[in-house]
Order: sequence, then C-alpha cells, then structure tokens
Amino acid sequence: MSNKTPGIQIKGLRDSLMVTLDDGSWDDVRSALVEQIEDRQAFFQGARLVLDVGAQVLHVNDLVSLRDHLSERGINLWAVLSESPTTEKTTQLLGMATRLSKPQPVSAKPAVEVDDESAMWINRTLRSGTRIEFPGNVVVVGDVNPGAEIVAGGSVIIWGRLRGVVHAGADGDQSAKVCALELTPTQLRIAGEVAIQPDKKKKSNQAEVVYYKDGHILAEPWKSG
Amino acid sequence: MPAQIVTITSGKGGVGKTTTVANLAVALADNGQKVACIDGDIGLRNLDVVMGLENRIVYDLVDVIEGRCRLRQAMIRDKRMPELYLIPAAQTRDKSAVSPSDMIRLCDELRSEVDWILIDSPAGIERGFKNAIAAADRVLIVTNPEISAVRDADRVVGILEAEEKGTPALIINRVNLAMVKRHDMLSAEDVLDLLSIDLIGIVPEDEDVVVATNRGMPIALEPKSLAGQAFHNIARRMKGEQIPFMDLDSQGNLWNRISRLTGRK
Repeated sequence: MSNKTPGIQIKGLRDSLMVTLDDGSWDDVRSALVEQIEDRQAFFQGARLVLDVGAQVLHVNDLVSLRDHLSERGINLWAVLSESPTTEKTTQLLGMATRLSKPQPVSAKPAVEVDDESAMWINRTLRSGTRIEFPGNVVVVGDVNPGAEIVAGGSVIIWGRLRGVVHAGADGDQSAKVCALELTPTQLRIAGEVAIQPDKKKKSNQAEVVYYKDGHILAEPWKSG
Repeated sequence: MPAQIVTITSGKGGVGKTTTVANLAVALADNGQKVACIDGDIGLRNLDVVMGLENRIVYDLVDVIEGRCRLRQAMIRDKRMPELYLIPAAQTRDKSAVSPSDMIRLCDELRSEVDWILIDSPAGIERGFKNAIAAADRVLIVTNPEISAVRDADRVVGILEAEEKGTPALIINRVNLAMVKRHDMLSAEDVLDLLSIDLIGIVPEDEDVVVATNRGMPIALEPKSLAGQAFHNIARRMKGEQIPFMDLDSQGNLWNRISRLTGRK
C-alpha cells in the first residue's frame, strides 16, 4: 500500500504506518500532515505511526504538541526518524524510538560524523526511561538513574553517580571505557562483554574507571594519566 | 486571585494519590481556602468514595466537557467544609473521553471561582496522566519508600521535565519509622538521594488512614492523627508557609525521649 500526496508519503509497514515528510518549513509540513489525518480519520484511527522527518531540527515543544495532537485523534506516534542529532535527542528525551528494529537502508550511515576527539554532551541527570544512543563518546554531567540507558559507540564518562545501564563500545570497540564518580550500575557492558554489579558492593568514595581486558570487565580507582 | 492548579501524580498505582488529594483538599479548605478537586481517573473513579461524596453525584467531568451540564452543576459541595468542591470522574467512560485541551479549558473556567484546583491523576504515564498534567501550574509526586514506587516516580519526573512542566515536589507517603530504623525500609534520605527533587512532606504510615478512607472521612479531619497533621503541614507549605518537617521520632516512648534529650542512645 502506497500513497503519494505533495509533501507526504505514507507507506504501510508490518505493524505500523511510515510517514515520510518532505523538506520544507516545519509549519508547512506539519499542517500538511495534520490535514491528511483530518481527511482520512478512519484510515489513521488507532495507527502506530513512524515519522521520518528528514533533516528537520525539532525541539521538545514541536514534538510534544504534535504527539498530543495525534493522540487526541487516536494515533500513537511511537518513533521519529531523523538525520538531525538535535531531533534525535528530542525524540529520545520523550521516550520515543529513533530507529526501527529492522535497520532502514536509508538511515544505515550514522547521522553525524564522529571521531575520537568529540563527544555528546549531556548536562543533566538521566532519569528512568531515558535512552541515549550515540555512535561516539558520551559525557554526562549529572547522575544516570536506574532505568536509564546509555548506548555509546565509544567511551562513557559520568560526572555523577552511575546506577543505570551503560553499554560502551557498542559497535565492538574493546578499548572503550566507562568512568563515574560513583559506580553502582545495574548492568555494564563493554563491546560484547556484560558485567553485573556484585550484590553487596561496598560504597567506595572514589571515582572508578571500568575497562575491558582479556575477556573480563575490570574496575579500578580512576586516576589521571 | 486566580486559582493555583496542582496535579497529584505518582506513576505507580496504590501509593496514595487519591488519599493525598482528599486530605490536602480538606486541609486547605480548613485553612480558609476555596478548593475544588477534580478526579482525573475516568473509568476508575475513587476520589468521591474517599471523600464520602459518592451518593451525591449527578453530573460528572465528562458531562461538563461534552456540554450536558454547566460546570457549577457538576461541583459537589462537601458540607463538612465551608468551601470544598469535588468534580467527580465519569465511571462509565474511559480516558479517551477527555483530551488535554478539554482539561485546560475546564480549569480555565474554574480558575476564577476558587483558590486551589487539585487534580487527582490516574496511575501510569498514558492518556489519563497526560490529561491530568495538561493544565497543572505545579505537580506533586506521591511515592512510597519502596524501590518500585521510587523508580516510577523518577520516570514521571523525567517526563515532566521533558514536557517543560518544571521540577515537581515530592510527598513520601506511608513511612514506617520503626522499619526505617531496622533498615528494612528506605528512609526519606534514600528516596531524596535518588530523585533529587524538593521534598514537600513526609506522611507516616498510620492504620487510621485506612479506617478513615473506608468511612469516607479524610484523616485530615482528625486533628489528633499524626498522618492528618502531616497533610495539614503539606497544605500550609503549598501556601508558601515555612513549616519545619515533623520529628516522627518524637513518638517513641518516654524513656526514649529522655535518653535522646540527654544525648544517650
């Protein structure tokens, strides 16, 4: 099933509707989408919607208002695909998916070019339900609470308490490290290896660094150098 | 002065949201404030039962929104208090009967009539919750000193921050001091350590709350009750008064108090 109107393409996926928006001002694209939905309420009613917004840069307010608008019409916006890192971040913040479980050929290449020298900077506490995915390094200034998840291609530095789940070197990089001021994660992964917190870990008052060596995940006090 | 709209929510169910709304409403009304409570739990209404007003429901929230009655007609006055009203939820409908914009419209209409609007949110983070927080100026989160409740509260704080509703204040309900002392229960400090938001009240566990709730007599009507006192304190903090947190420890026996005074264990 495929349908084409100027500005919007609708495609049926196995369990959801994929709507691809053309480039153009967000207001125009948004109203084109809303108009489509008004016209064909029965078609959209109860649908699970995946929105591909291309390069649009969207902030929390944009997505929240659209999601509320859709939910009032019985449409569940569950994923937003985007090439813009800002939009991806917004989407993650609102707890929506940023990729389909089956990888899309279009979004196969990473949204941003990352290298060893750069990192995603997160200046707040990550609470339960937040998932951060980034192909490079991630720095968090704040806590990572239980129920929050970071999946990074590179290393993860947390200036705060790590109590949630962190996966460093998610693309297989075994040299990735995880550092935190207080290290009591629910689970910690580096590349393909998984470590679970021993039940009765004494609270060390020292920052720790975790790394991978010879098939094991090891932790030790974090010192410079 | 236009009303302050306060939504009480929790994420997890059964932590005492409805009891908290009923008691804060009574405590505020007792303080000379004009209060309206809205039961946002459409399809599973409870607030009317806890407040003992179930048998007086004629019109409900959905009737107002769908224009079958005027707002005034759906406001049930609690006769025990000078100015306390309840707008009950519909029992025969579900959450989809109301939208966030409906709630905003309704609250705007109500705002000029009262000093406080308290909204009782349903558990969860779906439609009903979205409706309940849509109009809120301020959100209070109720949690119990249990890991699961605290975890859900953390999720809700995250959502509220993402929706730019500001940081909510926390009520820790059902704290059992004896259990905390035995390290069998999280302490208020443990809970605050994880959530890192402002505390607005701690309510001790009290069997009388259950009795009062079953009778439709909010515990805040009972001046001698410790839990009732805690709700009164929260109400006064909501009004901006500086009230020190209750020393729950002082309820120990005489010998304990003397040994504390003399600095012995």
